[in-house]
Amino acid sequence: MDGAGPTLAFWALSAVTLVAAGGVLVSRNLLHAVLFLILSFVGIAGFFLLLSAEFLAMAQVVIYVGAIAVLVLFAVLLTPAVGRDNGETRFIAPALLLSVALAAVFIFVIHDTTWNTVDEDPRATVESLGTALLGRWVLPFEIASVLLTAALVGAIMLVRSPEEEAEDGLA
Amino acid sequence: MNVGIEHFLTVGALLFCLGLVVALSKRNAIGVLMGVELMLNAVNLTLITFSRFSVSEQPVTGHAFTVFVITVAAAEAAVALALAVSVYRNRQTVNVDQINLLKS
Amino acid sequence: MKQPFLVSDKWYDIRDLSNLSNEILHQVDRALPGEAAYILSPLLGFVFVFLLFVLPTQLYLGVLGERKIIGRMQSRYGPNRTGKFGVLQPIADAAKLLTKEALTPRYADKTIMYLAPVLFVMPAVMVWAVIPFGPEMIIADIPNSLVYYLAVSSVPTLVIFMGGWSHNNKYSLFGAIRIVAMGVSYEVPLVMALLGVVVMTGSLSLNGIVFWQDAFDIWLVALQPLAFAIFFICVSAELNRTPVDIAEAESELGSGYLTEYSGMKWGLFYGMDIAYALAASALGATIFFGGWSFFGLQDWVPSWLFFIGKLYAFYFLFIWTRGTLPRLRIDQLMAFCWKYLFPLALFNLFIVATERVIWTDGLDGEKGFVYIFAAANILATIVLVVTWARFLGYRPENQTTKPRLVNEAGGYVPVTPASGEGR
Repeated sequence: MDGAGPTLAFWALSAVTLVAAGGVLVSRNLLHAVLFLILSFVGIAGFFLLLSAEFLAMAQVVIYVGAIAVLVLFAVLLTPAVGRDNGETRFIAPALLLSVALAAVFIFVIHDTTWNTVDEDPRATVESLGTALLGRWVLPFEIASVLLTAALVGAIMLVRSPEEEAEDGLA
Repeated sequence: MNVGIEHFLTVGALLFCLGLVVALSKRNAIGVLMGVELMLNAVNLTLITFSRFSVSEQPVTGHAFTVFVITVAAAEAAVALALAVSVYRNRQTVNVDQINLLKS
Repeated sequence: MKQPFLVSDKWYDIRDLSNLSNEILHQVDRALPGEAAYILSPLLGFVFVFLLFVLPTQLYLGVLGERKIIGRMQSRYGPNRTGKFGVLQPIADAAKLLTKEALTPRYADKTIMYLAPVLFVMPAVMVWAVIPFGPEMIIADIPNSLVYYLAVSSVPTLVIFMGGWSHNNKYSLFGAIRIVAMGVSYEVPLVMALLGVVVMTGSLSLNGIVFWQDAFDIWLVALQPLAFAIFFICVSAELNRTPVDIAEAESELGSGYLTEYSGMKWGLFYGMDIAYALAASALGATIFFGGWSFFGLQDWVPSWLFFIGKLYAFYFLFIWTRGTLPRLRIDQLMAFCWKYLFPLALFNLFIVATERVIWTDGLDGEKGFVYIFAAANILATIVLVVTWARFLGYRPENQTTKPRLVNEAGGYVPVTPASGEGR
């Protein structure tokens, strides 16, 4: 990937994404953590654009920013008595240790391996993605839709209040 | 200075590790879920990176896999947050270190 | 696209303003070194589309025209004191907003409160990048611009939530929660309705959809009236236009998420709401009313004039519903979305997919059958709307024409000059 544009975009995007992810870790306010999370999702969408996956970048914005972040916000608002505290348990030290070690291993492996790469743009269009999803990957696609339905029904059943269940005679 | 596959993979790895810390250390269940989402995003980034840079006869396979990961992440977020709300209704807390009914 | 005219592709050919901008970029490329033209091209698009079209329209149609038209609809004059016919009203409004005291609640989250209006502006500018003003007059002609539009237009919901939450005010928070719930709900039938359009035209690009309508000499509002109705209702819900502006309902929430905003921070929200409404009108005009095309006439008359005319007509629809219909309750709105619009959108998608399969596989995509489909779809729309309403328990014959209280009080006695104490 040559040229000043992609390089600049890469460094800017990685700064935004990683700083936002760090913000999720360090911010004391849970709502701020959610907003940092959204910023990090947007940064990932930018990475997708840079890697010429335009459709997935847009899907990332629609699904993560438009739906999942909204779900998280709702969950934060529906659990008010917890406070907006985003503190850590006492596992913070071993967790930090573990992930620093893991990061070291990852980075060593990434830079030690000789990657067999091509630098031509594959231009994965939305047509080819659709053909792949409904052709070669049609079975996982259908299973994913069944999973979504099951998750929908399960989520609705989980958050029903006892009064509602009594109303429907399901208690 | 060129940007190659290593740079993208490094960002993915760092993001994954940050998500891991968040998921392992947060007290609030919703915070834990946010860590999991970050990790899934890092995985997506890595998949797309490989799809972009690697030699393959089927260049969209990485994209298709990412679509499935996004789908599963959405389902997982819905169920996990429903669980959090449900636990909150019963126990007035979503702190994972206070959900300890089995502890003697 | 070559046009049948002598000056075609010259910079002074006003039928296609992209010639002009290309000429400017060409000259800049020759005069300045490096990638100046590369950086300049989005700026040029911003100047052409946003500063020269959207901003004046926003000020004069959105601020002044809307108030005057609604005033006429409600037997008032509307603003008419500032300048002749009130033409200086938008400027006076802006001056007032700029000189107002900017209040900040003591316990507000100040960073987010100041950030929200700024973030609200960004998507409002970004959506215009994919709106086609002409066959070539489009800032970024990307192959899936419809998805781009939907992605960008789902961001403001979150920004409004940030704004509403940051004040530490219960009414603001109610407004914010309502807009998030409503935005997420109405996004579903909206996408379903647009999916029908995509299935029929086989294109995710807005320009491609316009080319399809141009090639088949039909507007999609005739081919898919149900999708148009669902689109219109969902878009007005997402934009908080008045029949469904439950998130900023003055009478119950004291303007909802805008309660604590004052001065230009409020002004940015207000102005960008209008910009979003204009962008949604542009999307509706592009998808359902043929965009820049006008049955071949666009080769002779500037196509962007057709587009702007259609955009204004669509925006007038927004003003019309706002001036006519009363506000609904939040539970009515959510029930309407999930029980009525969502099944109808599914039915619509099913019908369109069936037609598409019949059309391409059985009839070899022959042009004339589009009109038969249009007739069938108009009929199907009427049948579906009526039967689904009856299925959900709405009986027009049981609806009293007078309010119930009036009936119970013994009926309404009209006051005529004869019975009115000799007035």
